[in-house]
Amino acid sequence: MNERIAVLVLATLAVAQARAEVTFERLLNAADEPENWLNYSATYDNQRYSRLDQITRGNVGELELKWIWQARSLEKFEATPLVVDGILYTVQAPNDIVALDAATGRVFWTYHHENLPEARACCGSVNRGLAILGETLFMGTLDAHLIAVDAISGQLKWKTKLADAAEFYSITMSPLVVEDRVIIGTGGGDGGARGIIAAFDAATGEELWRFLTIPGPGEPGNETWSGDSWRRGGAAVWNHAAYDPETGLAFWGTGNPAPVWDGRSRLGDNLYSDSVVALDVDTGELVWHYQFTPHDEIDYDSTQVPILTDVEWQGEERKAMLWANRNGLIYLIDRVTGEFLHGKPFVAVNWMDGFDENGRPNQILFPTPEGTLFKPHVHGATNWAPPAYSPRTGLYYVSHWEDSAIVAVEGEFPRSAGVNTRQTAMGQIDQQRFFNNEEEAHGVIRAYEPSTLDQVWEYRMADITWAGTLATAGDLVFGGGREGHFIALDAESGELLWTAPVGGQVNAGPMSFAVDGTQHIAVAAGNALFTFALP
Amino acid sequence: MRTTVGAIIITAAGMQGVAGPAAAQHATANDIADGERAYGESCVVCHGPDGDLIASIDLGRGLFRRPLTDEEITGIIINGIPDTPMPPTPGMTAEQAERIVAYIRSLADDSSDPAAGGDAERGRSLFFGKGECTECHAVAGTGARHGPDLSIIGRERRAVELEVSLLDPAAIVQPTGRTYRVVLPDGETVTGRLLNHDTFTVQLIDTDDRLRSFVKTEVAGHGFAETPMPSYRDTLSAGEIADLVSYLVSLQGQVDE
Repeated sequence: MNERIAVLVLATLAVAQARAEVTFERLLNAADEPENWLNYSATYDNQRYSRLDQITRGNVGELELKWIWQARSLEKFEATPLVVDGILYTVQAPNDIVALDAATGRVFWTYHHENLPEARACCGSVNRGLAILGETLFMGTLDAHLIAVDAISGQLKWKTKLADAAEFYSITMSPLVVEDRVIIGTGGGDGGARGIIAAFDAATGEELWRFLTIPGPGEPGNETWSGDSWRRGGAAVWNHAAYDPETGLAFWGTGNPAPVWDGRSRLGDNLYSDSVVALDVDTGELVWHYQFTPHDEIDYDSTQVPILTDVEWQGEERKAMLWANRNGLIYLIDRVTGEFLHGKPFVAVNWMDGFDENGRPNQILFPTPEGTLFKPHVHGATNWAPPAYSPRTGLYYVSHWEDSAIVAVEGEFPRSAGVNTRQTAMGQIDQQRFFNNEEEAHGVIRAYEPSTLDQVWEYRMADITWAGTLATAGDLVFGGGREGHFIALDAESGELLWTAPVGGQVNAGPMSFAVDGTQHIAVAAGNALFTFALP
Repeated sequence: MRTTVGAIIITAAGMQGVAGPAAAQHATANDIADGERAYGESCVVCHGPDGDLIASIDLGRGLFRRPLTDEEITGIIINGIPDTPMPPTPGMTAEQAERIVAYIRSLADDSSDPAAGGDAERGRSLFFGKGECTECHAVAGTGARHGPDLSIIGRERRAVELEVSLLDPAAIVQPTGRTYRVVLPDGETVTGRLLNHDTFTVQLIDTDDRLRSFVKTEVAGHGFAETPMPSYRDTLSAGEIADLVSYLVSLQGQVDE
């Protein structure tokens, strides 16, 4: 073992000896301690930006592997780790929490959560990450529980059930910690599970409030569901929220309505599916919402990770939210009022041809018995992978893809190689038809200018990508894709500067941390977590 | 695990004159130790270190699919059970088999239950008070974390094992409870519960409840150390030990939804 690692370890000790609990103040000011990574996207605004600048455009080509941690799991590795004072915490899918030495990758402990036999997820038994407060880690589980685990000992502190896994409820997202609360939502929308966002006392697990993403009878919005379709209407919550301390609002994207590819049984706009909901974190009350795709019949979940930043819009600085959506449209939204400021296609889009003055899309294509070709694909232009924003370049970095698919109403279109065949009354899709056509389906990382939402540059990949992006103060953007390459791009030009053949799909958001003042870049790929640093 | 269980039984037998029923009544501690070794060679692969890996059979607690005499068990060990996975053991003498029986019977013996007569509530008071157990151990989140967590110790250990740990802590050291010491280049010594180690590094939780990681070649010294667990032989009465054991046995896991 070389001297450098020894120095790193000793420095880790020094940090560890000064160990302090992760207070809400630290979470609020997480950007000020870039050696750590305290939230899913580092900071509450989800910018996934690291102030560490040791790795630059000039030296990134020298990056080398520091360590690999192999998960004992064959599930997709979608988690972004947390790093707290030299300790790295991540999730071994579906629901094992692992504490690692951030300098060497060696394991301190593993906490195993045994999911109930009825636990299931529509699209992989995955988990996207943890949250921390004090010395307690929080994780949502595939069997729809929220658990609290001691960050030092790895012992369970409490476990709370959000919903019944037998009713298709699950949790795959990372929790949001605000003040002394842990807030998390439920997946399972493709199985009809009515979305939940709930807050819990971080110390005890006691439930504090619960927001249902589909309004019940008598509540505003319930009239957007015909009959009793609201009962099993989906609108799941399965990706990380943004939190705005100034307004006390947190923002979650919601998933598609169910049944997804056949909306004949759920006439209406189906609120609050495919929306962003802004909730008061103290009460769980809905303050505003914006629906990206009313009455969705294409599967355009709006479960992307929102990025908060202030943007100059028509000569006025607005507290804004950037949202590249699965439906192929990129948005600029006022995060205080929910006002739609600007929106436009960022990939080939054929299902709508414009917005009205309130930002409602004008849909022009609908599923037919013969099958309708939609752009973008049912998997969307982008899906759940977390984007990034650099305050230095002022650019918004999104990994996504160009693609299309045919959707038909149930029973009329020849059954194809689609997924979700066990689900009923969901229409049929053909997802494979264009996968081998390079002009139709390819992945990209693109940079967008926030006020115009114009594309500034593009890095193109042969295959599509489910990898997130990371922006750093070294003016780099890290990303990857299904091809198994982890890459570094020039944040200003998009030029490829470095690649690492990690040999497995990159299906997670990259992150950065430091031990001994040495910047590391980490990303999950295949079934392993890779870390890189300068020699 | 096997060694540990053996040590417990030997220690317990030595201290308390433990002897099992029937043939085991005539077994010496050496017989039981021999039986333990033979069990480790011939039985443990299928039955497991605690004798509970086969459905409906728990050798450690004297549970068989039907009541068996010592002679019947001896016969089964030598001849196996036809048409079942239980194989014969050619070459094993009756004497060897009887010693395995003595060992199994000693595991299941509860004639000297250390918790007998103990009061779990008084034991709880001792745990959080006079015994100062929370200086190192936690139960359901209360207490220090550098000693093994005891929240479900009642599920994991028998009363006799817990008593031995209280009276003679070094006699029972679980793999998850080993103590490791690292001497830093400046002479500072760091001691803690070993969490993980390999050729190059070691990870532990130190006595200040901090997760620590070291590169072995970069420290002045490192190695296993004696357990810091004190013996309560002279500080607690026999009644208090029984109370404490009763409390520990009662810890079956309290964290749930």
